[in-house]
Amino acid sequence: MATVNDPREDPRLARLLEAIQSGLPLTPRPYAALGERVGLSEGEVVDTVSRWVREGLIKRLGVVVRHRPLGYRANAMVVWDVPDDRVGDIGRRMSAHEFVTLCYRRPRRGEDWPYNLFCMIHGRDRHSVNAQIELLAEACGLTDTPRAVLFSNRCFKQRGARYLAEVPTGDTRSGRMSPA
Amino acid sequence: MATALSVLQQHLLNDFQRDLPLTPTPYREIADALGVDEEAVLSHLQSLQTGGVISRVGPVFAPNRLGASTLAAVAVPPERLEEVAALVNTFTEVNHNYEREHRYNLWFVLTARDEARLSEVLAQIEAATGLPVLSLPLLEEFHIDLGFPLRWED
Repeated sequence: MATVNDPREDPRLARLLEAIQSGLPLTPRPYAALGERVGLSEGEVVDTVSRWVREGLIKRLGVVVRHRPLGYRANAMVVWDVPDDRVGDIGRRMSAHEFVTLCYRRPRRGEDWPYNLFCMIHGRDRHSVNAQIELLAEACGLTDTPRAVLFSNRCFKQRGARYLAEVPTGDTRSGRMSPA
Repeated sequence: MATALSVLQQHLLNDFQRDLPLTPTPYREIADALGVDEEAVLSHLQSLQTGGVISRVGPVFAPNRLGASTLAAVAVPPERLEEVAALVNTFTEVNHNYEREHRYNLWFVLTARDEARLSEVLAQIEAATGLPVLSLPLLEEFHIDLGFPLRWED
């Protein structure tokens, strides 16, 4: 089992991977309950999930909150056109700010899409998010760097990624986000 | 909403976004850490989940470690936005799908079992919508996901 790199190559691990994506059961022995569903012992589930965490396949294991119901109604994706040889430095500096929830380098697509650095900011309202963007630009030396701010408006779908195409679509959520 | 949360719920939301105990009884360990009984932890997590405040207690997978994924954008004529969003949502490979304020106004994340399937879905979406899709796969990740510190003052 330990030699399998891609869990999808072992049917029991593939089933565990599929089962755990929608979350742990809220029962006193969640790993045992998952194991029962996929044909693994409680110990095997704990060991496997521990290994996935250790190997970095799982970035974090815990409570996954939705920001909007908690009053974080403004969400902006901020994209920047920074010099390629500085993108690593700037990205790392950017992601040190706790209000930056994601920070990625992505490819440019010609003149139509010149941005190579993306970050995500969640805030209570647009005013505070805009203030955080200014602060970020100052802190990272990007006040004169071309950028675009894309506030989210409606959410048409939000759920965890599914890595097995045959898994049916689950909790599709849709609703108007406050344009605040 | 935020003001209606009890102190126990605030701790459940903020203190356990990562490092959920990998022992047979993780909720009992949370209960012990908070000085309450396991039953209370389970019932509050259940009601937070039912109420949509938490999407799950579980894993956040690293992008691009399994299968293939990309962030995609489409510049949709405003009058077609809902129709195109619904078309995009019919693909199981689509997880997040948002309207954003920009000429590229529809943004979604695609996760497929492999690169071949990812390309196929991108092509199918272009064919179904008649609109070009900008595919912006992740090249480098800078942020280490430690969860998100929630602030309760309102």
